Amino acid sequence: MANERENVIEISHLTKKYGEKTAVNDLNLTIREGEVFGLLGPNGAGKTTTILMLLGLTEPTGGQALIAGMDCARHPLEVKSMVGYLPDNVGFYSDMTGRQNLRFTGRLNGLSGRELEERIDRLLERVGMTQAADRRAGTYSKGMRQRLGIADVLMKDPRIIIMDEPTLGIDPEGMRELLNMIRQLSEEDGRTLLISSHQLHQIQQVCDRVGIFVEGSLIASGTLAELEEQIRKDGVYLLELNVQPCDDKLLGMLYQQDGVEDIKKEGNTLLITSKKDIRSDLTEFLGTHGYTILNLHQRGGDLDEIYRRYFEKAGQNDERNDSDKKKKHGWKK
Amino acid sequence: MKEMIQTKRKSMDGKSNAGTVRGLTGLGALYHKELADHLKSKRFLILLLLIGSTGFASLYGAVTALSDATGSDYLFLSLYTASGSSIPSFMSFIALLGPIIGLALGFDSVNSERAGGTLNRLVAQPIYRDSIIIGKFLAGTAVIAVIIYTMGVAVGAVGVISTGIKPTGEEVWRILIFLTFTVIYIAFWLALSILFSVFCRHAATSALASISMWIFFAIFMSLVASIIANAAYPMNDEYSMIFNSLPNYTLRLGLNRISPYYLYSEAVSTIMNPTVRSVNVVTVDQLQGAVTGYLSLGQSVLLVWPNLTGLAALMLIAFGGSYIGFMRQEIRAN
Repeated sequence: MANERENVIEISHLTKKYGEKTAVNDLNLTIREGEVFGLLGPNGAGKTTTILMLLGLTEPTGGQALIAGMDCARHPLEVKSMVGYLPDNVGFYSDMTGRQNLRFTGRLNGLSGRELEERIDRLLERVGMTQAADRRAGTYSKGMRQRLGIADVLMKDPRIIIMDEPTLGIDPEGMRELLNMIRQLSEEDGRTLLISSHQLHQIQQVCDRVGIFVEGSLIASGTLAELEEQIRKDGVYLLELNVQPCDDKLLGMLYQQDGVEDIKKEGNTLLITSKKDIRSDLTEFLGTHGYTILNLHQRGGDLDEIYRRYFEKAGQNDERNDSDKKKKHGWKK
Repeated sequence: MKEMIQTKRKSMDGKSNAGTVRGLTGLGALYHKELADHLKSKRFLILLLLIGSTGFASLYGAVTALSDATGSDYLFLSLYTASGSSIPSFMSFIALLGPIIGLALGFDSVNSERAGGTLNRLVAQPIYRDSIIIGKFLAGTAVIAVIIYTMGVAVGAVGVISTGIKPTGEEVWRILIFLTFTVIYIAFWLALSILFSVFCRHAATSALASISMWIFFAIFMSLVASIIANAAYPMNDEYSMIFNSLPNYTLRLGLNRISPYYLYSEAVSTIMNPTVRSVNVVTVDQLQGAVTGYLSLGQSVLLVWPNLTGLAALMLIAFGGSYIGFMRQEIRAN
């Protein structure tokens, strides 16, 4: 099973325009069965639009999205019967209890009788909501709504689960539970998950692969290691350095070093941009010149840096980014 | 591998066949949920109380009026049409207050789902999107029918007990037709309020918009109609009155009939008063040699058939508008 994973979501040249504005621009993406894919991007990058197109809720302007070989725009009913969707800020009918809300969803999916009741009980148990199941949904906290939302998504026993910003507004404990749940859904149930988020750290822990989505375009996708590799290939390294003593003489000497391109000073921390890994050279150099290294850290490697780097890259040929940069400068002064 | 593909194909075929069935179960589930929501809500209780109290107040007025009345052949119908002790009749009460039922049931039907975040959860289920709005409309109409038929029959029953007047078969039919007209009339207001709930983001806005429509049609439409008619065919002096009174009246009538309130009032007063023989202008010439008498049920219905068609058309236009609006609208999460 594991070695012949099929592509369960195939998106090719998917484009969506709202008037002049392009929300999603020529998106190509493949997600394999059983994978956890993280769709990362800032707010307004077109993540939700992409998800809505996958569910057949929004008509694409061009291109197509296939789920299990079915066109999402042409067969929305079949697609929606195997795709569970957890919207951001999921809502329930506040006058109905949690159980009644689940029952309604079950009925909409054609379940009834004992099968329905058993599934409700099992899912409530699974998300830990059995205690609160008969309280009105209006009294639930955000975290409880989220858990009920997951039970709600699982009512239809979906092959694919799409979560839109599931980590938003969840406390750390709830976050841990959510991530555990995501892992469980993927590893134990073998479901495919597509998670959209702008919160990197949480997603980093559970995703097999991530895609970085900026202004409607997917600018990179792959495993974390692959993305890291990609950045390395660009030949830009960023080093965080704290030394004692930190004087102007040091700066001048550092510029002389082979490979160093630029040095910025942020408080006591020096940010050194270089073309190659200069860590070993630098350690030796500083050691011989009587400096004490307090902190030496190569940035990159964590998603945060990758994310930031890709945003910068995407913004280079973008005017809006220019104005952002100007703003930054102004702020510095 | 081949087998896997074949079974997969089979299950897919099965699914697409089940598509229509599934759509219907979706509609059924939605209809049941909406109906249960309405019936359990405080709103429904308030509406029932409002209509109940006005219904019985008007019945009280009618009974006092009837005690002075000299014999009419359709005495039982007067329970619904007669007004006394400065209390309007049941019929005019319903014409004025009935829209409130429709508006109250529909004004937040779509936008509250949108605001509550339940709409995008709902549309992600394997149901046709139109079954959401159809389910809402059908459930609302069912609630309206329950309220109206219950009240109509209850008023009649209390009337029988308190006055001892027995209805004839024809009277029963007339009352049933009257109640059916009422349901269609109120369903129009339901459709209108659903229309506003589709297009207005906030429930308060759509409530305000639908209430202003109601007030406009119930109160201001007749004023507007007479202003326009007088402007088109002035009746300032005797000379112009001779020539203009007929076209003036016809134009005013035509304009008034745009209003569902007028359309409904005209129709039900014809149905409930067998003495009404025409809904248009009748000249003295036409009345010459006419024998006074009652119109048979069939003829009464024939007389207001256009009104019925007009009302039903207005209802369908309003619902169609909300249907199209809902289907074309983007389902955005935020």
